[in-house]
Amino acid sequence: MLTNTLKKTALALAAGVAVLAAPVAAMAAWEPTKPVTFIIPAGTGGGADQMARFIQGVIQKNNLMEKPVVVLNKGGGAGAEGFLEMKSSARDPHKIIITLSNLFTTPLGTGTPFSYKDMRPVAMLALDQFILWTNVEKNYADAKAYIDAVKAAPDRQFKMGGTGSKQEDQIITAAIEKQLGDKHFTYLPFDGGGKVAVQLVGGHVDSSVNNPIEAVAQWRGKQLKPLCIFDAKRSTYTDKVTDDMAWSDIPTCHEAGLDVEYQMLRGIFTTSGATDEQVAFYVDLFKKVMATEDWKEFMKKGAFNQTFMTGPEFDKWLAATEAKHKELMQGAGFLAASQ
Amino acid sequence: MLMVLGIVLGVVIGVLPGLGGANGVAILLPLTFSMDPTSAIIMLTSIYWGALFGGAITSILFNIPGEPWSVATTFDGHPMAQRGKADEALVGAFTSSFVGAIFAVILITFLAPVIAKFALRFGPAEFFAVQFLTFASFLGMGRGSAFKTLASMCLGFALASVGLDGVTGTLRLTFGYDELLNGFKFLVAVIGLFGIGEILSSMEEGLSFRGAAAKLKMDAVIRTWRQLPKMGFTFLRSCIVGAWMGITPGGATPASFMGYGLAKRFSKNGRNFGKGELEGVVAPETAAHAAGTAAMLPMLTLGIPGSPTAAVLLGGLLIWGLQPGPLLFVEQKEFVWGLIASMYMGNLVGLVIVLTCVPLFAAILRVPFSIVAPAIVVVCAIGAYTVNNSMFDVWMMLVFGVMGYFFTKLGYPLPPLVLALVLGDQAESSFRQAMLSSQGDVTIFWHNWLSGSIMTLGVILALWPLVSMLFNKKGDDAARAAA
Repeated sequence: MLTNTLKKTALALAAGVAVLAAPVAAMAAWEPTKPVTFIIPAGTGGGADQMARFIQGVIQKNNLMEKPVVVLNKGGGAGAEGFLEMKSSARDPHKIIITLSNLFTTPLGTGTPFSYKDMRPVAMLALDQFILWTNVEKNYADAKAYIDAVKAAPDRQFKMGGTGSKQEDQIITAAIEKQLGDKHFTYLPFDGGGKVAVQLVGGHVDSSVNNPIEAVAQWRGKQLKPLCIFDAKRSTYTDKVTDDMAWSDIPTCHEAGLDVEYQMLRGIFTTSGATDEQVAFYVDLFKKVMATEDWKEFMKKGAFNQTFMTGPEFDKWLAATEAKHKELMQGAGFLAASQ
Repeated sequence: MLMVLGIVLGVVIGVLPGLGGANGVAILLPLTFSMDPTSAIIMLTSIYWGALFGGAITSILFNIPGEPWSVATTFDGHPMAQRGKADEALVGAFTSSFVGAIFAVILITFLAPVIAKFALRFGPAEFFAVQFLTFASFLGMGRGSAFKTLASMCLGFALASVGLDGVTGTLRLTFGYDELLNGFKFLVAVIGLFGIGEILSSMEEGLSFRGAAAKLKMDAVIRTWRQLPKMGFTFLRSCIVGAWMGITPGGATPASFMGYGLAKRFSKNGRNFGKGELEGVVAPETAAHAAGTAAMLPMLTLGIPGSPTAAVLLGGLLIWGLQPGPLLFVEQKEFVWGLIASMYMGNLVGLVIVLTCVPLFAAILRVPFSIVAPAIVVVCAIGAYTVNNSMFDVWMMLVFGVMGYFFTKLGYPLPPLVLALVLGDQAESSFRQAMLSSQGDVTIFWHNWLSGSIMTLGVILALWPLVSMLFNKKGDDAARAAA
């Protein structure tokens, strides 16, 4: 085993736990020599947090790794805190981070000196969807009816609730506004997806672009209604979520005449100094996570778009997506002054 | 068994500043994946109760709040300890915690669906109204000058505005320091202002704890309980305020401040608050626990956590395959009622455990200062470090400690600063969300009876010191001098 080459940190001693699991020597030459820190560049309770804690649970439950995983929220400055930590610990391969769109939006919107190129991509786990939600009581038949209502009302009368400012939710809102002609939403930023869903149920905003997992409870509780999904194709999950609808029954926004498409990366990165072997270990680890029944169940519950990518394919996707964000944010005037 | 274990762990976690209930639950969450959901949540909520109980201990003994919501407990709890009544203060704190929690559990048991619906009425305007009321209930209530309170509060607002501004997504006052991206951590400030500040003051006063010489009598429980029935109104008021704040979800910290503030305003003994009045311990503790317990309700029924700990528990629910939300009460009856039953049991067991330990805790004060003080500084430093695993926070804590010392010396009250620091940015974003949604129309705060009446009450409370000053010539002169 090549672990000796990496014993630069004496900290390994502190982690003398979990030796019972059989060493899985066959899978990769490198293995973590101390606990792996799993950073979440967001607060507790949000989509990224839920997923990271879920992954931690799956790894521990199935003994997929000898060393434990420590989950750490570093959500300050719209995630900049977490990303800067990854950047500054380039030589420590025992750190991984889960991403959301703030991987692109935070450096562009706040001017934080950071880019996704300061980390090493491991794998894309899935793409998170966005859905246009309204309150059931407002009784909009479909996305078209809602958009028509916005167009007919005075400018800025309709309120769109979303998570954070100059991030994915507001970018989607700006993209929808482009299709409205001269009408705008009043965008209200809140500090978490769950809160947005509740504000929508309470009628304090008119619509939201929550991720499926953030609003599914209210959908099943007949409080919120999904109008359309911001994807090229409908969801592939056909199991009934409510009494009469499945995720696949939600039309795409294209079908409703609203040409907006947006998905969010749920991917894993490690530090930029990690070697090929180390990246290979993590790729393998996440493949094992994704093979579990628990993971499949989780994907279904959150209606995730299951796309797995790694290596050059993932690199290419990242470059294209960053360019797309730059373009979208420039169009909406969200770029920081220093950009 | 799990429950006792959880509560003991929780008390330990609550005693250690920095390692809050949220962290404790987060660390232990993975251990529970192999259990069935009901016993797992019972274990985790027990930790939560334990932490709520434990937070009071260090506040009373050393003036160091172990948890944010026990800051208000220090105001009267610590002076009581200095007067040699640490045991009474502890018994009072634990008992009122218990009363507050049970009140909230009873509320949850019988009125859950109704209350959940009420919480939905809270939009940005309503949130701001509640936060405004909290600030207002504090203004001009200090023994010192209302202007000093205001000055201290404004400094708190300034500190709260550091970091990312959630409404526009831009960075403020970070001066290029990455460490400031997240703003000043509340816990770091509190540990420094109270804990380190207290140590500095004690050093000046001759290296000893006042009140250390107190005799330990075993009848503390009975002695304290005899005094409690007189405070029926304080209990009731704090219960209502706490339950309200927990549900809305304002959280336990503002609830404890508000409970204290209101008790000070309306209690017969209000004038003696801050000098070591048992009622001043009872009021915030009752409110904090009522809020902490009630915070579970929006989590279960709406899927929004009312407190950071509830947020972590929410993550746990999802992993166990339970989807919090309106249907949880229908689809997972066993789980929900198991949880509610555990709330009753957990609090009862917790009360018995902590009450039996009161003499033990109080005895800590007899350890010589020269031994305890360094230990406290170390615990404070560890606490500040664990908040964010950064050395920067430890330095910040020391800076805040020196600041706390000077504040005390110059007669500026610390509580308003702490209050503004913890609620300032929330209040700011609610205000701006409300302004955005009304497009700049201030009357939005009076657009319905709910926010309107809270706002009006707040304005009255805020202007109270000014009004009483106008009626009082002396006060008027003081105002001119201060201006």
